[in-house]
This record gives sequence, structure tokens and C-alpha cells, in this order.
Amino acid sequence: MVEVIEMLEVVDRVGPSGNLSAEETQQIDANLSHYDHNRAVTIEALKIIQAQRGWVSDECLQSIAGYLKLAPAEVEGVATFYNLIYRQPVGKNVVRICDSVTCWFMGYEAIRDELKAALNVEYGQISGDGQYTLLPGPCMGACDCAPVMIVNDDLHTHLDAQKAKAIVSDYKNK
Amino acid sequence: MMDTSLAQVTPLTQHIGEGKSTPNLSQYQHAGGYEGLKKAVQQDCSEVLEEIKKSNLRGRGGAGFPTGLKWSFVPSGDKAPKTKFVVCNADEMEPGTFKDRMLMEGDPHQLIEGMIIAAYTIQASVGYVFLRFEYTESERQLQQAIDDCKKNNLLGKNILGSGFDFELYVHTSAGRYICGEETALLNSLEGRRANPRAKPPFPQVAGLWGKPTIVNNVETFCNIPHIIRHGAEWFQGLGIGDDAGTKIYGVSGRANKPGSWELPMGTPVRELIEKHGGGMQDGYQLKGFLPGGGSTDFLVEAHLDLAMEYDVIGKAGSRMGTGQLILLDDKTCPVGMTLNLIRFFAQESCGWCTPCRDGLPQIQHFLEKLEAGQGCAEDISILDKFTRYLAPGNTFCALAPGAVEPLQSALKYFREDFDNHIHQQCCPYSN
Repeated sequence: MVEVIEMLEVVDRVGPSGNLSAEETQQIDANLSHYDHNRAVTIEALKIIQAQRGWVSDECLQSIAGYLKLAPAEVEGVATFYNLIYRQPVGKNVVRICDSVTCWFMGYEAIRDELKAALNVEYGQISGDGQYTLLPGPCMGACDCAPVMIVNDDLHTHLDAQKAKAIVSDYKNK
Repeated sequence: MMDTSLAQVTPLTQHIGEGKSTPNLSQYQHAGGYEGLKKAVQQDCSEVLEEIKKSNLRGRGGAGFPTGLKWSFVPSGDKAPKTKFVVCNADEMEPGTFKDRMLMEGDPHQLIEGMIIAAYTIQASVGYVFLRFEYTESERQLQQAIDDCKKNNLLGKNILGSGFDFELYVHTSAGRYICGEETALLNSLEGRRANPRAKPPFPQVAGLWGKPTIVNNVETFCNIPHIIRHGAEWFQGLGIGDDAGTKIYGVSGRANKPGSWELPMGTPVRELIEKHGGGMQDGYQLKGFLPGGGSTDFLVEAHLDLAMEYDVIGKAGSRMGTGQLILLDDKTCPVGMTLNLIRFFAQESCGWCTPCRDGLPQIQHFLEKLEAGQGCAEDISILDKFTRYLAPGNTFCALAPGAVEPLQSALKYFREDFDNHIHQQCCPYSN
């Protein structure tokens, strides 16, 4: 439990409060105008919070539910369904390695193993310096350039283990 | 008049390719863009629908359902609901598929024009592009194109003075392969878990928020402006077999030049692999291929001269799917490849129905056992039975039946490889 709390302190960049910031509510409002129903904005709202804070805490989830006038359990049901909503803290940079069929042929496993060793993490963990979380990712739609990975929003193609390590380390001070 | 200029032979990718940059609105219009829309809004919507039906366009997302027929199920006339929706399925997540990204990044206006014409045809007032999270460049391009359309009376109120109103929004997802299933996509768009819905009612009658909705793939919409501009007959003439139009085919795996290309519908498999894909890399031979993504049955060398079109590939025991081939080479373990695919589908199951939720992990377990050299003869008959338990009709949607297609065909064509894993008590390819 102590470990978890420590992790929260490292990663939650906005602070422990689950209150939505003015910027966050503004972005949610802009999306509300696209639909006749509040519920349709649930996923986008979770993504807006995550973009600001790195992940979605219980407190934030409740704030979203309150703001959209939905039950927290409904929002939780949605948040846990979608793999790109993080319900636990992640590192400053999220590295997702494609593990689908073409990248498998082309040797993603070696890249995965090298990155795990270099960052000293297993999938889902945060590296000791708080910089990285490594995750597996389904087919990223760039199979002609396999193997590939996505770091934050950026696609990186034609990888090998050395190239992947160099790319990942470049994100450290971005 | 038949237009046979080079630009017309590859209508979908005329602006896409090496050395070409994404056209902005005026560049797109200069090359004939939005002429299809102009022509459409001057006609009655029933005439536009008739042209799409006549063109024999079939859905490019994988199922190959005739697009005009799909749209014709939407209620029309005075008694029809006033609110209707057009949704673009841009949740490209089929393993081995990378064509929609290219179309959206390289020519966003083409997709938008197709969606506006579709909206006019069924008299929809709002549209959404349901875009996968990872396609951030597509999102940027589409948003820019939508903004430019709004400023130029191509979206919004009274489009081109026709009296027709239509708003279009980009809706980005948060992952999960199941969102590509059209009713699951609608649930996701409504802000729910992406569990598929029971059909009927079909979305054309009761879709998004219970209103009539059409859901089509990116490539399908991209064909629409060209069909309206040049006519159904012209479009039919583009295919070299029974199916109409062009198709974005692709090849990935150990080919010399993996990629995607727009070619006449019905191009033979051999031409895709050998000519466009540049043949197999040195030291690798083709052992088999999935013709249209990770949820299609393996085909083998004997099928190389087949035309890549819906019915021909269907008769050969597979599906054309997305038309993007995944090549299995002779140095790669077919059991391992099948395991990789099954693991993907087991993970991506929405968990709603039992055969899929529990069946796919069971299959994964037996394949892992085989790969680890701990399999026994009985496992193969169990795997074989599972492909029938998860067959169409036993599950809520098409995910599980698609997931077992590579397995059932691997058992047929590569049975010896499965047996070798048992006899040698290891994966023969791992050394």
C-alpha cells in the first residue's frame, strides 16, 4: 500500500485532487456540442483527463461522472473496457510495442525483451526514474513497416532492438 | 464518355504515393474533388441511391456486403424518422491491415466527400468518423479538412445551396478491436462498453441512439465520389473480374517490398505477392497466406492464381476480408502464427458471450501447450472441435468465428506441423 501511494505521488502531475480544471471542463464542453447525449462524451472525457494527468484516478473518475450526470459505476465500466484508458499510474512516456502477427514474424519479441531489460520493468510497471511504462499493443496498422511501436502519440517503424532502445531513451528529456 | 486517363485508373490513390503531399481543399477541388457531391445534390436522393446500387460497390471493410443494398434499408420518405446518422468505421484494427490509414492521411477530403454524398442519399443530418486512437495524423488531417469544408459551405447548413444540412465530427476511440464490429462501434460511440448488439434490428433501422444509421468502412466511402462523378458503368469497368472498382490490396510479412497498392478488383494473388510485393525475401519461401487480415482462413500455393475478389476467395474456403495479405514463410511456425492470432482475439474478445470469452483462451492454452512441446495427439482433436463450437451461429457476433478461421485452415493445410510439435516435443522452428 505504501508503495502504491508513493507511485501516485511520483506520477500524478496535477496533485491529488480529482476536481476538473477549467481547461478540462472547457475541452469536455467543446465535445458535448457534438452529441445530443452527455454519455457519448464519456470516453473523450476520460482521455482529456488522462492527457492532463497521465492516468485516471478514482477521484477523477467520480468527477467525470458528476460532470456528465452519470453513475460512477457506469463510467468505471467504460473506463475499464478500453485498453487505452489507464486506471493506474503510468510513466511519463508510455511505450507500446506491437505484438500482433506481422510484427511477431518480424521479431518484436527481441525488441520487447531488450526494452524490458534496458528499462528494468515488466509490462505495466513504471521504470525507477518515473519516465517509462512499457505496454503490449495490438496491431498498429503499419504492418508494411514492421516491427513497430508507439511512444506516446508517435509511431516508430522498421525497428530492431538497438534502434528501439535509442528512440526510447530520446524521450527521457522531451 | 469513358475517361481513361491514368488518374482515373487509380481514383482512390490519385493524390497518394511517394512524392505526393496531402491535397488541401483547393488542390482537391482543382483535381475534380467535390464534383461528385455537386452532381449528387442536383439529383433526387433516390437517383443517387440507384447509381450506387448499379455500381455493384461492395463493402471494403471485410464482409463485402453490397453498399447500395445496405443503404436501401434506411427508411425514407415523409414518415421516416427525421434524425438519421452516417458513421464511418475508421477503427482499422484487423491484424495485418493498413489501408484506411493511408486513405485518411493522404486524401481526407475524399472520405469526407463520400460521407456527405452518403448523408444526402439517406438524408442524414449528422455524421461521425469513428477513428482509432492511434491514428493521430489521420485525426489532424480530417479535422483540418472538416474545418475547411465548413468555411466553404461543403458542410453545415444548406450545402452548396441545395437546402441539405449535414454536420460531421471526428470521434476518436480508446482502443479495442471489437469496436470495428458495427453494432459494438455504435455502443462505443454512445459512450458505452463496446459490446455488440443483437441483430435485428439492423442499424439501418435502429442504430445510433435508436435512429436509422449506416456504418461503412473508410475505403467504401472513398469510392462514392468517383461513382457519382463518373457513373456506375465506369466503376464496373474498373474491375477485371466479377467485382467492380479498384481495391487497396496490401502485402506484409517476408516480402521484399511490403506495402499497399490500388489495383483493379480481381487482381490475381500471385501478382500481388510477386510483382507488387517484390516476391519473397532471399532465403524465404512462401508457405501460405491469409488473404484479408488476421481473421481469414489460410490459403496456400495452389491458390496463387486465384483472383482476389469476394466470391472467388470465398469459394476457395477463405474470405477476401480487407484484401491485405499476410504472408507465412517457410521459416515461420504455422502453430506459432496461429497462436499469435488467437492470443490477439482472446484478448480483444468483449467478454459478452461464453463461447468467445471462454473458448478463445482455451484454444490459446492448447496452442501454447503445443508450442512448448507438451502437446498430445488428443489436443489436436480438441482444437478441431473448438473451431466448430465457435462457428457462426454459436456466438453473439463474428469475432470468434473469424478468430478460429486461421486455426481451422492451419489444421487443414499444416497438419504435419502440428503433429511434428507433438512427436518432437518441441517447436521444430525454434532452432
